[in-house]
Amino acid sequence: MKPKFLPIAVGATMAVAYAGSAMAATEIQWWHAMGGKLGEKVVEIAEGFNASQSDYKVTPVYKGNYTETMTAAIAAFRAKQQPHIVQVFEVGTASMMAAKGAIYPVYQMMADAGEAFDPKDYLASVTGYYTDTDGNMLSMPFNSSTPVLYYNKTAFEKAGIAGPPATWPEVEAAAKKAQAAGYPCGFTTGWQSWVQIENFSAWHNLSIGTKANGFAGSDTEFVFNSPDHVKHIGQLAEWQKSKVFDYGGRRSESAPKFYGQECVMYMNSSAAYAGVKANAKDFEFGVSALPHWADVGSAPQNTIIGGATLWVLQGHDAEDYKAAAKFFSYLSSAEVQADWHQFTGYLPITTAAYELTASQGFYEKNPGTDVAIQQMTGKAPTENSKGLRFGNFVQIRDIINEELEAIWGGSKSAQEGLDDAVSRGNALLRKFEAATGG
Amino acid sequence: MEKRVVFSKLGLPILLVAPQIVITLVFFIWPASQALYQSLLLEDAFGLKSQFVWLDNFIALFSDPHYLNSFARTVVFSAATAGLSLGVALFLAAMADRVLKGATAYRTLIVWPYAVAPAVAGVLWFFMFNPSIGILAYLLKGLGYDWNHYLDGTDAMMLVILAASWKQVSYNFLFFLAGLQAIPRSLVEAAAIDGARPFKRFWTIVFPLLSPTAFFLLVVNIVYAFFDTFGIVHATTSGGPAQSTTILVYKVFNDGFIGLDLGGSAAQSVVLMAVVITLTVFQFRYIERKVAY
Repeated sequence: MKPKFLPIAVGATMAVAYAGSAMAATEIQWWHAMGGKLGEKVVEIAEGFNASQSDYKVTPVYKGNYTETMTAAIAAFRAKQQPHIVQVFEVGTASMMAAKGAIYPVYQMMADAGEAFDPKDYLASVTGYYTDTDGNMLSMPFNSSTPVLYYNKTAFEKAGIAGPPATWPEVEAAAKKAQAAGYPCGFTTGWQSWVQIENFSAWHNLSIGTKANGFAGSDTEFVFNSPDHVKHIGQLAEWQKSKVFDYGGRRSESAPKFYGQECVMYMNSSAAYAGVKANAKDFEFGVSALPHWADVGSAPQNTIIGGATLWVLQGHDAEDYKAAAKFFSYLSSAEVQADWHQFTGYLPITTAAYELTASQGFYEKNPGTDVAIQQMTGKAPTENSKGLRFGNFVQIRDIINEELEAIWGGSKSAQEGLDDAVSRGNALLRKFEAATGG
Repeated sequence: MEKRVVFSKLGLPILLVAPQIVITLVFFIWPASQALYQSLLLEDAFGLKSQFVWLDNFIALFSDPHYLNSFARTVVFSAATAGLSLGVALFLAAMADRVLKGATAYRTLIVWPYAVAPAVAGVLWFFMFNPSIGILAYLLKGLGYDWNHYLDGTDAMMLVILAASWKQVSYNFLFFLAGLQAIPRSLVEAAAIDGARPFKRFWTIVFPLLSPTAFFLLVVNIVYAFFDTFGIVHATTSGGPAQSTTILVYKVFNDGFIGLDLGGSAAQSVVLMAVVITLTVFQFRYIERKVAY
């Protein structure tokens, strides 16, 4: 979920430069959106694959953040210059799925290439997001995360708070104690639409939209203005006034509030773990499950993922797709996945990678790193918690952001804001339905 | 009879104007006509399905109250950005024009920000005003003002105006300074001998003589504020909070390049183009009359 802006120019240039030397191998392009340390890891994975055999060669190319990468791939497709593999974030899923002539479904490619592939090896809560109604996996999960609660252990001790809060009333109590102990704010959140609307819904087994959150058809409509949603958002707006909750930006701009010990709790992606660890210099921190309302829905259910998957684009030779299939097998091997999971904080996408990580004793050494996976796999996903599939969702998230900001700022009530978000979002859903031919 | 210089053959003049015509066709007329055509289409992101929907995209735009609101916001933003950057630049140029020692150093320093990319300029101000870690936000808090552009729309608007005009000051400064230096010293000195005070000299002699430059810059700045500022908004506020900094060009960028709604985005860019053309025509017809060349 964390956008990566830092270019890995060096790695990408080197990879491109190497491409010239190995003429015999079939070369395929992999456009990705992982900057900084993650980008270096991506290059490492590709180099590991290239070194493991001599027939195929994967060239990773950094294309900017998620939206930039997706836009670049689509523009390249329109110009018939598309890469073989492109990394697309989860909210772009509906757009990719609707582009039937443009994508090569992964399950089909693996079968055509004669590559062993069993969807059951993958975590159901991860693949659920990316399978069609017949249960076929359309894209290859790569980096998936889910929101968790980070809390300032040192501050909790100082304020005499027993442990991480499990419910929202406990969050309020903890926040007030922390404020009494001199901390200005209780908690803040990153990615508010993802954490406080989408995952709030899944966690409480509430629908975000009709038609099983859009999985059963593009004629879906939003319903996240239900009394339960209004209650939650209204409560946050109420807390904003006393700084029990303090809003700090649409993406991860709120992180400094937690790092600087302004807020003692912080809800964001499990993949923010590395960042929190690097920046929490003057205090101990802990990781815990997202809080829930005991009286809403059947909480806690399970949370849903964010992050990205790898899509294969049409228009290349069969031999190229064999290379892509081989690469996907390598990528989802337990060793590669376990290493990626431990390094980044993203979820392990296969059960084997999870078990390997556990057997290496990683979770004992790094307490809290398994919270995300337990939160996602604690219960079998329901229709409401399998994920979501809405067209134009990138824009709709902006609408939700705008309306939530109006609510936090006090210019709209929770009911008004959510009603407006729902009606404006529905208009975009209808537009998507019309554009993609329903 | 007026004496006219005419080319004897048609070939050479055509050859001479051809590059300009070709550039205009390739870089303006062709993309603009593409946008016009695209604005009548409803298309999926990959261009696999495309339907001709006549003016549906425009109807959808103008029946959306949020779109209409962003007009008002754009007017405020553009007027403030152009006004602030022109005003500050003129002030700095007038000061730099009188500096004798270290003039080159001053000029170089003032020109620097122009080399900064809009997004970087945005991020720069964004960090300084960040409510949690920003130095300026911290100072404001010390003065008793709780700066928070994440929640307060006015703060956010001020932030983008500041970032957008800061970047443009350098450009305006260069032109103003060149304009000031082209004004004959003798005129100003004569006025000084007649007893006119500096402000009076500036207002009655320098400024009128500077009016062609000022007019040119006004047009350029309005165009800049309307078209070139989406990077700043994107890097600082993403149009928020609650749309309070969603100016027209940011919406074009966001709907087209982030939301991949090409038809809707093209329709907006056509509207924006019409607005700017109208504004420019208006400026040339009415304001230019007051300009003394």
